[in-house]
Amino acid sequence: MDAFGGPIWSMTASPSGSQLLIGCEDGSVKLFQITSDKIQFERNFDRQKSRILSLSWHPSGTHIAAGSIDYISVFDVKSGSATHKMIVDRRYMGVSKRKCIIWGVTFLSDGTVISVDSAGKVQFWDSATGTLVKSHLIANADVQSIAVSDQEDSFVVGTAEGTVFHFQLVSVTSNSNEKQWVRTKPFQHHTHDVRAVAHSPTALISGGTDTHLVIRPLMEKVEVKNYDAALRKITFPHRRLISCSKKRHLLLFQFAHHLELWRLGSTVATGKNGDILPLSKNADHLLQLKTKGPENIICSSISPCGSWIACSTASRFFLYRLSYERDSISLQRVPKMPAFLRSALQILFSEDSTKLFVASNQGSLHIIQLSEGCFKHLHTFQPQSETVEAMCLLAVSPDGNWLAASGTSAGVRIYGLKELKPHCTVPAYNFPVTALGIAPNTNNLVIAHSDQQVFEYSIPDKQYTEWSRAIQKQGFHHLWLQRDTPITHISFHPKRPMHILLHDAYMFCIIDKSLPLPNDKTLLYNPLSLTNESDVIRRRTAHAFKISKKYKPLLFMELLDERTLVAVERPLDDIIAQLPPPIKKKKFGT
Amino acid sequence: MVEEESLRVVRCGGSELNFRRAVFSADSKYIFCVSGDFVKVYSTATEECVHILHGHSDLVTGLQLNPSNHLQLYSCSFDGTIKLWDYIDGILIKTFTVGHKLHALFTLAHTKDSVFVTINKEKPDIFQLVSVKLPKSSSQEIEAKETAFVLDYINQSPKCIAFGNEGEYVAAVRDFYLSVYFFKKKTTSRFTLSSSRNRKHAKNNFTCVACHPKEDCIASGHKDGKIRLWRNFDDDKKYTYTCLHWHHDMVMDLAFSVTGTSLLSGGRESVLVEWRDATEKNKEFLPRLGATIEHISVSPAGDLFCTSHSDNKIIVIHRNLEASAVIQGLVKDKNIFTGLIIDPRTRALVLNGKPGHLQFYSLQSDKQLYNLDIVQQEYISDNDLIQIELRKAAFGCQGHWLATVEQRQEKETELELQMKLWAYNKKTQGFVLNTKVSMPHEDHITALCFCNAEKFENPTLVTASKDGHFKVWILTDDSDIYKKAVGWTCDFVGSYHKYQATNCCFSEDGSLLAVSFEEIVTIWDSETWELKCTFCQRAGKIRYLCFGRWTCSKYLLGATENDILCCWNLLSCALEWSTKLNVRVMEPDPNSENIAAISQSSVGSDLFVFKPSEPRPLYIQKKISREEVHWGVFVPRDVPESFTSEAYQWLNRSQFYFLTKSQSLLTFSAKSPEEKLTPTSKQLLAEESLPTTPFYFILGRHRQQQDEKLNDALGNELVQLPLTENIPAISELLHTPAHVLPSASFLCSMFINSLLLSKETKSAEEIPDDVDMEEEKGSDDTDEENDFTEKAQDTNDIDLGEDIIHQLSKSEEKELRKLRKVDYSWVTTL
Repeated sequence: MDAFGGPIWSMTASPSGSQLLIGCEDGSVKLFQITSDKIQFERNFDRQKSRILSLSWHPSGTHIAAGSIDYISVFDVKSGSATHKMIVDRRYMGVSKRKCIIWGVTFLSDGTVISVDSAGKVQFWDSATGTLVKSHLIANADVQSIAVSDQEDSFVVGTAEGTVFHFQLVSVTSNSNEKQWVRTKPFQHHTHDVRAVAHSPTALISGGTDTHLVIRPLMEKVEVKNYDAALRKITFPHRRLISCSKKRHLLLFQFAHHLELWRLGSTVATGKNGDILPLSKNADHLLQLKTKGPENIICSSISPCGSWIACSTASRFFLYRLSYERDSISLQRVPKMPAFLRSALQILFSEDSTKLFVASNQGSLHIIQLSEGCFKHLHTFQPQSETVEAMCLLAVSPDGNWLAASGTSAGVRIYGLKELKPHCTVPAYNFPVTALGIAPNTNNLVIAHSDQQVFEYSIPDKQYTEWSRAIQKQGFHHLWLQRDTPITHISFHPKRPMHILLHDAYMFCIIDKSLPLPNDKTLLYNPLSLTNESDVIRRRTAHAFKISKKYKPLLFMELLDERTLVAVERPLDDIIAQLPPPIKKKKFGT
Repeated sequence: MVEEESLRVVRCGGSELNFRRAVFSADSKYIFCVSGDFVKVYSTATEECVHILHGHSDLVTGLQLNPSNHLQLYSCSFDGTIKLWDYIDGILIKTFTVGHKLHALFTLAHTKDSVFVTINKEKPDIFQLVSVKLPKSSSQEIEAKETAFVLDYINQSPKCIAFGNEGEYVAAVRDFYLSVYFFKKKTTSRFTLSSSRNRKHAKNNFTCVACHPKEDCIASGHKDGKIRLWRNFDDDKKYTYTCLHWHHDMVMDLAFSVTGTSLLSGGRESVLVEWRDATEKNKEFLPRLGATIEHISVSPAGDLFCTSHSDNKIIVIHRNLEASAVIQGLVKDKNIFTGLIIDPRTRALVLNGKPGHLQFYSLQSDKQLYNLDIVQQEYISDNDLIQIELRKAAFGCQGHWLATVEQRQEKETELELQMKLWAYNKKTQGFVLNTKVSMPHEDHITALCFCNAEKFENPTLVTASKDGHFKVWILTDDSDIYKKAVGWTCDFVGSYHKYQATNCCFSEDGSLLAVSFEEIVTIWDSETWELKCTFCQRAGKIRYLCFGRWTCSKYLLGATENDILCCWNLLSCALEWSTKLNVRVMEPDPNSENIAAISQSSVGSDLFVFKPSEPRPLYIQKKISREEVHWGVFVPRDVPESFTSEAYQWLNRSQFYFLTKSQSLLTFSAKSPEEKLTPTSKQLLAEESLPTTPFYFILGRHRQQQDEKLNDALGNELVQLPLTENIPAISELLHTPAHVLPSASFLCSMFINSLLLSKETKSAEEIPDDVDMEEEKGSDDTDEENDFTEKAQDTNDIDLGEDIIHQLSKSEEKELRKLRKVDYSWVTTL
């Protein structure tokens, strides 16, 4: 729906959740009523001179603060009129020409308004009197984001210099109740603008232009100093962005606004372990699909046979049919996709490419029959429980009988595709699932969780397998549990049923279920020197986890056929090279 | 006056003023700083030293105002005593003997009866902070043995301890941790910087600490230049800190302003940084302070700051960061190359000062007169840089000319030499560069001397160098069509068999020049520059060379590296005498024929004073210093002393100063320490009423004369009212600070008595004189005299009820006492 105020710069829901505020380009602040089925315009507040860049509700819902250019307005929600207009000092290290943009405001329950602006200031205002209480100049560049903790005793701001500052409410003296806001620690984990910050009860979370998501735990809030209390830096999304057509050796890469299809090169040469073989045929860039409009691609997939490509944005679903004639390729969009398919979270083709599984953000799972150039909606699994929770991970068994689906928090559900009805639910586990895979022949479902646990569940028997119970009993190696990134893909070797292939961003692992499990004393990561040792030693030290860290950061790894494995690396330097230059800072001594 | 016949080696000024933080008086009028064994009281307005508080027998290590009486000052010393002073009058009030070596002193406003000191008890490196209860007692010497332990294993420097929030807690830092002791809870929290052990080159050792006066906030300085502000430190878990980083090198000291709104920090950058509101972006600078800031202190009134610098300087700074006064002591450079020189014009001691500077230091007033920038280049303080060194300096022609030599040697083969000649300008009262000679020699210049004989019209300078030459430089006319000018040019180059020239020296009349070439001494005629004769003793390289003076001017003395002291007769061209003596310093007295030589042995340095004509020394003093003596100099006295003893006659016209390896400036004194005290107490009387402004000298003296005339006129009249100024009891009453006065009942009788008209009108002028004398004696701190004054008071008490006859009898008594003083020795001769 249109707000009729030009581009919307800011939006915030009321503390009760029943109202929505938006700030528009033309300086208007509009209040919308949120009901269960629609959003309804309620009222306009007094219009301001320039765009509203930031909005914040008072926790009681009676007042709002709106950050504009050069000033902050405080509105009374009942009357809709501005009660105070607090003008922000433009001065930026002596230069007063530039306008001061209020990038963020926060209304605290005691009536204090905290603003962050483009002059590098964090300012505290008294909303009752409309006066400036305290000002902290913290950066030479913009301060772009602010987030307050729930207790309102600390907040975090992010600057364009890549620094995140932590502010805390500290008592002035130990025996008085007077408290003051004090800037405490700066954190420099980013190289570029910090566009967004969040304050969880135990950590500060920041992210920005440099594509990193940084989680900085607050040491004083952490009870036990374990690995959870460590700083984490997340660079890649914890989901698959690449799909592969095994038959035609095609790779489909998903970018924010386009898809790229590549055909892998091949070689006829042979060599020893570690050799790099010359390519007899180079990789081909077959096609590039661009989406229209500003929407990002949510998910995409290519069918194993290589003749179908499906992708989805927030509002539309696309299905393409590819036909190959020798070296040329032709693309044909399948028209008239049904409306319920839009905004899919995950798309999967069955192994024989005859079925398409779409997990919609409404929580339902759609099954579509594909045949030459047309499609037929077969069935929709509706979400079982009352809570609407979208499925975001899908796995289908190679024989096409079983479909496993998992949401963000609920357990894994298994559907029978022959009968088209739910089969069973895997026992609930506290941590979200990061990858699913169903083994051929045995139909064992392998589940990887975000706490690095791996389970194996037999679908026909509806219970965990013996191996899974054994490894849960012994526990995983501590180094395995301390890895930073979750497992994003699980696959199987068709000829070696005891092997499970899985990878995260920094390692590739083959779990050989026939070998003994490692305990905490054994070396988890196979040192290279062991390969030179005699067979006896190798056999004695061998354990179930065979890990390779050769390729990193690893985005995708899949078995193409019995003897070929494809791995996709995405060097960080390439990403950084594409970023705009960071703000130049004078470094002492240079 | 009878001479006390013992010569002692005494420290004469030049002590470190920057050893501890300076302390301001409550009204910011005075600033107190430690100076060796003394405490110096300076005026912040005029930079003048108002008092020197003598009394400690070892290094003073801490100063604090008495929190219960801001007109009193506590000081502590290595001698194990805490002394309480009245700093306005410079009087020692009380001495508390603690017994341990005291390293630092702290006072708190709310614990008036106890102070905190740092001591080390058992092991040499383990220091404790203890509180010492100061017992209340009227006696002057009090034992204060009651100590209570507060904190252990602390840093000995007082910079590493700070009391906060009106004494609720004390923060101490050492190495990598901060410990905070809460007095109420009696608990210690300890915060360790975790990164210190992990990172290889982490230099976040704590260096200093300061506490916010109003808030619970501790500021700590670190070796890597960071300042951390700690808050919430009463909670071991929720503590938090924030960093301020501007300094690139170690933070030397921190201080909060009185209100706590700003934080001051300083370090090797010589920049005082003021952090306003303790925010990183809001800071002010006072740059170019000249040398490393060692200490920062803030006046209790809040209007002044002061910084102590590594070059023995204290700068008083206004609140708006403007330096208002500089108190400069003797600069102690790392190396003294120039030796001790006396400026003939000002009688100031001249030696290396700041890097590249020559300092003029007044020995009488113990302060630096001025600095002469010789190198005239920006000094960049960096340990790795090889700096230009000022190696030699010499005055010529009664201070009209100054010659300096500077050198910089980066590598063995690359030597940069520069000789500068400075002319004294009467108008500007300073030295102006006249001639600059770059590379006057090919190699190091070993000696430099002017011909100071009066008969020589043309100033002459001789330089000797390792390149085997000595050069004679004369002043010539350098005028051109633009201006009249004079300049120095090389007149003669001499050498002797390519030997290195090591020393040069002119005879007193300037007719002869002696130049030593390693082992050989050559004598040159200064008129014709002809080689007259050579002396060679084959006793090692000549280390020192000098001509005798006055009656001994026919002698030439040389000290060699093989520990031989030779004396040659110039008339006979033969060795007069020689002796084995390891001479380190040899200095001729300009006002006599005496020569002082200091020899070095394993146990210490010994002094020998001799005349060249006699091989037997006039005076020997063993072990004048435990260390090596590097330089010595004779300073002519303004007023000749009259030592009757033959052994000390060499000190009659000149005083001998010497500088040891650790750069303490020492001299000889025959006065007892008590005698040395009197001048200050006299000073006290002199400046009792008015500041001595120029107007005072004009008007005050004029008024005095008028008063005297008036007195004369009045003296003729029959009735004479005693002038209030002349009555000692009244003047004493009016000029003694109220807090040191005895009770009013005590004074009442004296006061009344003093107002009574004595019947003897003729003694009206005598009595004040008498009492003046008494007072003078009274100010001497001997016990005997104290007893006497007490007695006098007792008698006054008795007098109170009785009549004036007693008064008369008192004057009679005085008469009698006078009679007793009269010498009756003549009776014995009868």
